[in-house]
Amino acid sequence: MGEGLSDQSLADYAGVSAVAIEGVTKRFGDVVAVDNINLDIADGEFFALLGPSGCGKTTTLRMIAGLEFPTSGSLRIFGDEVGTLPPDKRPVNTVFQNYALFPHMNVLDNVSFGLRMKGVEKKSAATQAREMIELVRLDGMEKRKPSQLSGGQQQRVALARALVNKPKVLLLDEPLGALDLKLRQDMQHELKSLQRELGVSFVFVTHDQEEALTMSDRIAVMHDGKLLQVGTAEELYDQPVNRFVADFVGQTNLIDATVIDDEMIALANGTKIKAPNPYPGGTKVAMSLRPESISIGAPEDVPEEFRPTSLHGVVQEMNYLGHSHVYTVGVDWMPLEVRTNATPTSIKYEPGTEVAIWWDRRSDWVVPDEGYSS
Amino acid sequence: MSTTRQLRGGTRWALSLNAFLVYLFFYAPIALLVFYSFSDDPLVGRWGGFTLGWYRDFGENQEVQNALSVSVKVAIISTLVSVVLGTMAALALERYRFRGNRFFDALLYLPVIVPDVTMAVMMLLFFTEGLSLVNTVFGTNLAKGLATVSLSHIAFSISFVSIVVRARLNGMNEKLEEAAQDLYASRWQAFRHVTLPQIMPGVVGGGLLALTLSLDDVVITQFVSGPGATTLPVYVFGLIRRGVSPLINAVSVVMLAASILLVVLSLVAQRARGESAA
Repeated sequence: MGEGLSDQSLADYAGVSAVAIEGVTKRFGDVVAVDNINLDIADGEFFALLGPSGCGKTTTLRMIAGLEFPTSGSLRIFGDEVGTLPPDKRPVNTVFQNYALFPHMNVLDNVSFGLRMKGVEKKSAATQAREMIELVRLDGMEKRKPSQLSGGQQQRVALARALVNKPKVLLLDEPLGALDLKLRQDMQHELKSLQRELGVSFVFVTHDQEEALTMSDRIAVMHDGKLLQVGTAEELYDQPVNRFVADFVGQTNLIDATVIDDEMIALANGTKIKAPNPYPGGTKVAMSLRPESISIGAPEDVPEEFRPTSLHGVVQEMNYLGHSHVYTVGVDWMPLEVRTNATPTSIKYEPGTEVAIWWDRRSDWVVPDEGYSS
Repeated sequence: MSTTRQLRGGTRWALSLNAFLVYLFFYAPIALLVFYSFSDDPLVGRWGGFTLGWYRDFGENQEVQNALSVSVKVAIISTLVSVVLGTMAALALERYRFRGNRFFDALLYLPVIVPDVTMAVMMLLFFTEGLSLVNTVFGTNLAKGLATVSLSHIAFSISFVSIVVRARLNGMNEKLEEAAQDLYASRWQAFRHVTLPQIMPGVVGGGLLALTLSLDDVVITQFVSGPGATTLPVYVFGLIRRGVSPLINAVSVVMLAASILLVVLSLVAQRARGESAA
C-alpha cells in the first residue's frame, strides 16, 4: 500500500523523524500481526494509529516502546536504530491502557518511579515529580493511592508518570478508553494542549475514529496488520484510499459501482453517474457519499447542474437529531443515509414521500473495492 | 444478594445449634488440653489441683529442649529456602512459556497429593542410598540428621509455597511489570519494586504455611531423622508410646501458643503494612 502514504508527510520538512518505521513485520507464530509497514512520525507531531481491534496498531506501538521486537525491518527513534533495545534503554515512555499504575505506591512514588530507576537522587526526583503533578493539576493528591483516585485522575497520574522522564516520544495506548464520554471530551482537549505545550511527539492508539479525527495532526489507518493510509483528518475523510478507510473513518454511503471510463461509472442498478476516476474501465469500485453532502428535495426540484449526479427514491425513515434530520432514502437497490441541517424553515419529508437526492460532483469519491473484510 | 435475611423459628434455632456444635467440636479438645496441663496429677484426664509443675518440667527437661531447638532450626531453614525456591518456581511457571511447562506444573503439585507415608518412604530410600553412595565415593561418614530433615521439609514445602504465590501472581496485572520496564527499571528492579510488593501477601502466606507444615510434620520427619535430630512433634509422639503424662499437654499448649502467636504476628504485620501504605 505504498501509494497510500501521504506525500505531504510532515516528516519531510522536519529533518530527522521522531519515529521512522521501515518495512517492519511482526509475527506471533503463524499470525502476522504487523505486515511490512512504513511510517514516519515527525518531531512534535500528534499522531494517531487508528483501526479496529486486532489490526496491529497496539503491536506497532509496543514495538516502538520496546515491549515487542520486530520480526524484520528497521525501527529508528530520532535516527537511532532501536529494533531490539529493551524498553528501559529507549527515550520513549508509555501511558498504558487502563494506566497500569503501581497499586502499592502513592501518586508521588508512582510519578517519581522512572527518575528513581534512572538513578536520580530521591529529593530531586520528588521535586521534579511534584512539578509534573502540578502540571497535570493533581497537587494535593501526592499521598493518595491509585485506588483512591477517579478514572480521570488516574489518567493524569499515568501521564505525569510518563512525562516526568522527559521522553522524546510519548506513546499512549487507548488513553481515553476507560473514561466516560464527558470526561473523554475534556481529556481530549487537555491532551492536545499538553502536547502543544511540551512540543513532544505523541503517538496514540485508538479504535475511535472520532477521537483520532479530533486530536491528531495525522492519522494512520491500519487493518489486518497492514497500513492502509496515512494522512491528515481531512485527507482521510475526503480522499480515502479504499473502501475500508472510507467506511471506517466517519459515516458514509458506499454504493457498488463499475468503472465505464475515466469520466463515468455505472452504479449497481445500471444508472450512469458522472464521477471522474483514475481506474481502468470495468474495475469494481465503490462510490463513497457522505450523508451530509447529499441534498434532498422534491423530484422536480433537482437543480439543472446536479442532474447528472442525482437519484430518485422513497423516504423510508426520518429521525430528528436536534441539529439535523437523518433520512433513510431507499433508491431502487439500497438504502442511503442523508443528513440535512434542521432549521425552523427546512422542509421535512415524511416516510413514504417520493424524493430526489443529489450531490455536488466534487463530494463523491470513488474507491477501489478492496481492503474491506468486516 | 447483599441484604441480610432475617431467619425465623426452627431454621434459626437449628442453624444456631449447628454452629454451636461445630465450634464445640473444634475447641472442646483444646480447652481440655489446656485445662489438664495445669493438673497436679501424673495421669492425664484426672484433676489433681492446680500446678505449673509440668511447665517447669518442660523448661528443665533437656530432651524436650533439644527437640524444640531442632524443630525451630529445621522450621527456619526449610521455610526460608522453600519460600525462595517456591516463589522462583511460581514466577517461572506463571510468567514464562518454555518446553515442558505443563509437565513441571504437574510435577510441582505431586508432593501435595502424594500421601505422607509414601513420601516418607521415598525420602528414606533416597537418603539411605544417596548417603551411602556419597560415603563410599568420598570416604565420608555422613549420616541422617538435621540436614536430611531440613531437606525433606524443603521438598514438600516448595509445592505449597509456589501454589499460594501463583494464585497471587495470577491475579496480578502483568502490565505493571511492563510499565516498570518502560520506566527504566531493569528486570531485577521491576521484580524488587513492583512484582514482589504485589505478591508479598502470597509470599508471606506461603511462608507461614511452610513454617506450620515443618513444625507439624511427624511422619516424614520420623523416617528421615537420625540420632540427635528429633523434632518436637516426633518427641511428643515418642512420649505417648512410653506412657502419657501431662507433660505432653504442657508441650502441646506451648506449641499451640506459638502457632497462635505466629498467626497474630502475621496479621499485625499485614495490618501495619496496609496502614503505613495508605
